[in-house]
Amino acid sequence: MPKYAYYPGCAVHASARDYAVSAQLVCQALGIELQEIKDWTCCGASSAHPTSHLLGLSLAARNLRLAEEMGLTLTSPCPACTSRLAGARHELRDPAALAEVNDILGKDFGNTVGVEHLLQVLSKGDRALPVKRPLGGLKVAPYYGCLIVRPQKVLGFDHEENPQSLDRLLSAVGAEVVPWGFKTECCGAGMPMARKDMVHKLSGRILAAARSAGAEAVAVACPLCHSNLDMHQGDMKPNPKMPVLYFTQLMGLALGFSAKELLLDTHFTDALALLRGKGLA
Amino acid sequence: MARIGVFICHCGSNIAGVVDIPKVMAAAKELPLVTYVDDPMYTCSETGQAAVREAIVKHGLTRVVVSACSPRMHEVTFRKALAQAGLNPYLLEMANIREQCAWVHGDDKAAATEKAIQLIAMAVAKVARHEPLTPKSVGVTKRALVIGGGIAGIQAALDLGNANIEVVLVEREPTIGGRMAQLDKTFPTLDCSSCILTPRMVEVSQHPKIRLLTYSEVKSVSGFVGNFEVEILQRARKVDMDKCTSCGICWQKCPEKVSSEFDSGMGKRSAIYIPFAQAVPSKPVIDLTHCRYIKFQEWQAAPEATRGKKPMECRICERLCPPQAVDWGQQDQVLKEKFGAIIVATGFQTFDYSVYGEYGGGKLPDVITGLQLERMLSASGPTGGVVQRPSDGAHPKTVVFLSCVGSRDDKVGRPYCSNVCCMYMAKQSILLKEHDPQVQSYVFYIDTRATGKGYEEFSRRAQEEAGTVYLRGRVSKIYQEGKKLVVMGEDSLMGRPVEIAADLVVLATGVEPAAGATELAQKLNIGYDTYGFLMEAHPKLRPVETQTDGIFVAGMAVGPKDVPAAVAHGSAAAVKAVGILSQEKLTTDPGTALVDAAKCVSCFLCEEVCPFNAVERETLRDKRVVARINESLCKGCGLCVSCCRPGAINLKGSTNQQLMAELMALKL
Ligand SMILES: Cc1cc2nc3c(=O)[nH]c(=O)nc-3n(C[C@H](O)[C@H](O)[C@H](O)COP(=O)(O)OP(=O)(O)OC[C@H]3O[C@@H](n4cnc5c(N)ncnc54)[C@H](O)[C@@H]3O)c2cc1C
Repeated sequence: MPKYAYYPGCAVHASARDYAVSAQLVCQALGIELQEIKDWTCCGASSAHPTSHLLGLSLAARNLRLAEEMGLTLTSPCPACTSRLAGARHELRDPAALAEVNDILGKDFGNTVGVEHLLQVLSKGDRALPVKRPLGGLKVAPYYGCLIVRPQKVLGFDHEENPQSLDRLLSAVGAEVVPWGFKTECCGAGMPMARKDMVHKLSGRILAAARSAGAEAVAVACPLCHSNLDMHQGDMKPNPKMPVLYFTQLMGLALGFSAKELLLDTHFTDALALLRGKGLA
Repeated sequence: MARIGVFICHCGSNIAGVVDIPKVMAAAKELPLVTYVDDPMYTCSETGQAAVREAIVKHGLTRVVVSACSPRMHEVTFRKALAQAGLNPYLLEMANIREQCAWVHGDDKAAATEKAIQLIAMAVAKVARHEPLTPKSVGVTKRALVIGGGIAGIQAALDLGNANIEVVLVEREPTIGGRMAQLDKTFPTLDCSSCILTPRMVEVSQHPKIRLLTYSEVKSVSGFVGNFEVEILQRARKVDMDKCTSCGICWQKCPEKVSSEFDSGMGKRSAIYIPFAQAVPSKPVIDLTHCRYIKFQEWQAAPEATRGKKPMECRICERLCPPQAVDWGQQDQVLKEKFGAIIVATGFQTFDYSVYGEYGGGKLPDVITGLQLERMLSASGPTGGVVQRPSDGAHPKTVVFLSCVGSRDDKVGRPYCSNVCCMYMAKQSILLKEHDPQVQSYVFYIDTRATGKGYEEFSRRAQEEAGTVYLRGRVSKIYQEGKKLVVMGEDSLMGRPVEIAADLVVLATGVEPAAGATELAQKLNIGYDTYGFLMEAHPKLRPVETQTDGIFVAGMAVGPKDVPAAVAHGSAAAVKAVGILSQEKLTTDPGTALVDAAKCVSCFLCEEVCPFNAVERETLRDKRVVARINESLCKGCGLCVSCCRPGAINLKGSTNQQLMAELMALKL
């Protein structure tokens, strides 16, 4: 049974419970064990790395070291965490940087641990999916966001401009994936506090593009994308009314879990009506 | 006993400014067999050479060492001097005390001097063991093969034909003309491409010295300069070229229409077709993958259980052809021909942009390539010169050009500049404006490279007269919004993002070597770079030669080039070929490898390592099969010598024994 050192990160741990729960259920169903890293801390994102580069690096290294001790590849459902952790691993290939960080950690960290986003773990190879309830041609726009496939040099996963892994995964569970041009466009990221207008514009455009491509729902793999795309729709003019679901929720539905188990009733923009209409909830 | 003369050149102050000449002379005098030492100011000058000649005669010298510059520079000069003085020219050795001593050790005169002394000692030890050598001569087949009938190959074939040399021009497609035939007008003068090209094509077909083989490819090549043997595969057209009168009934009546390669997919052609109206020869071919009768025959031949619905037998072309030229029995043919020289001008193809996901990856119908626009602009093209959007046939008013798609982009493995795109974007935007003054073009560019004659002025004309807006920056995304294509990019001069709602997007897709170019290069045993462009023997001084004597390259096949450059290149290659084909006999460098058959153990490792296919197998009278070097092919590189385990191979003029003697002379 494949085993991973699981790093939820703050957003998935706190606000994106629906993502955390659905990720766990899907992994269970697929026989993937997620062993949560004990005593994990901040990955070094948000305020940490702009405050001090070394602080950001050391925080990431601390978590990487914990995973290294477990002897497992680290996986996180959050693209920002993945990016920070993989970025640190990349930077710490420089022996001088590694020595400096080890001095701060007070422990010997070898920088040998692998880092993969949950999408990379789930889309690996040709894993047979025990689909119980195919999504029956639900038209979904796969939205990857900015960080899952970038930068290529650090992550080496999928394709920067036209990624395919989520497309394949969703097709495999019976969704109809619509082709569109906004897979990796910016959703407004961490700006909703400072510049709500900008988030409305950027996220609004993504949702409109999904709509004009014929999508009935947008699938995401990032807690921040989800909150930007899902939470602000009421403030956008016109209201896009576009359900935004975690890809793990869509997979979960296909693997036989109920909408309730997958916390599909917790979104700001209602997804249940659409799913009921398709006989999926 | 050898009598060796050593000439230590001052090269003005080039050598004498660093190397202590008197000290070197004193040391040279002490070397074994050295009977004469001199130090001319410039040994390569006429006075210097005279000094060498006179010393040979006066002092009865039998071997000469010139210690001066690199043998690449002047070995030939001094060999001639030896010959003029009656000595075998190969009894010369050069010690390079300029580049290898004075120039690299300018900061340490003592060391430079010491190194010069040692190099001369080595040369003396080697020259003492030189044997006289005589170059061999071989006859020349006075015929040339030109591969590729684009403008470069056409030019080369015509120049050769006009020099009264017999030429065979082999073209893979059913017609000659290459990419230039697909163009509408040409920068920077906007003269119509067909108008200047088709007369040349006709000239080729009517030239008494040129034999045109279209729909043909080179199958194999053997032999060497002056004497190549080439197998040419001529594919069956299924049309008798002698009977056909090019009346056109067959291609008008053929019911099977498929996408036209010549029109870059913008138009259709029938299964029996000529690629375009002015094709040369103007005889059609039957495309076997699409012909209905061929499909019918396949159906007939298939086992009953597996075959589907009976297709139509068709044969309309055959029935309607007045001279009954359709010939189903025609088969592929292999022709065996001899040539003295070969010119490769296989040209280019455009980059497949589907790897650019951000530009729609080939899925957005109104995103087209420069070549496709070229076909639509052409009055004889599929749309009769009216530019139309492939999606709905509407006439576009806002057109956005993207430069460097598959050029100057490391991400797709194409870091080089394609050389023609900046100019053809300017050209096309001018033509769009000429066709319809309401069209507004935008060009996203990295730099505008307009370095040819009249090019900068032309590119300004696009901006100033045609009103084309140039935006410096890359496009990050193109997506469909309703009927419009939204082009998102950056104006990096203004430092702000831009979005343009376009009707048509034209990608200036870069150029890359034609498919099959590297396989052909392997057959010809010539080099190519990482992208597959053919390699010149020297990028500056030998731009059309290759490292295989007698084989020349021209046009886009060597690297990105516009028409004027491709034409000049074609002519240059022709002149170089004439240089060989005008000789009665060719002399070959005698510094080749030689196998001692008695020592050869028949492992044939030499055969494997030889880059020039010069190793042959020879059966001796005792039935032993041993290696033998074909002196005409051997370049004297020495790879076989170093890999020969029993030491059976030696390089004439640089034998193992000589190399040992050189090493023994070295005092460390
Ligand atoms: C969109 C576009 C617009 C352009 N506009 C201009 C312009 O306005 N002005 C200008 O100066 N230049 C222009 N160019 C450049 C111009 O097309 C080239 O410089 C020119 O065609 C090069 O000629 P060539 O003979 O080297 O190659 P090609 O034209 O490619 O000809 C090569 C020939 O060799 C044949 N061939 C290939 N492989 C084999 C093989 N193995 N065996 C036998 N035959 C083979 C091919 O079928 C072809 O006929 C433009 C290019 C493009 C893409």
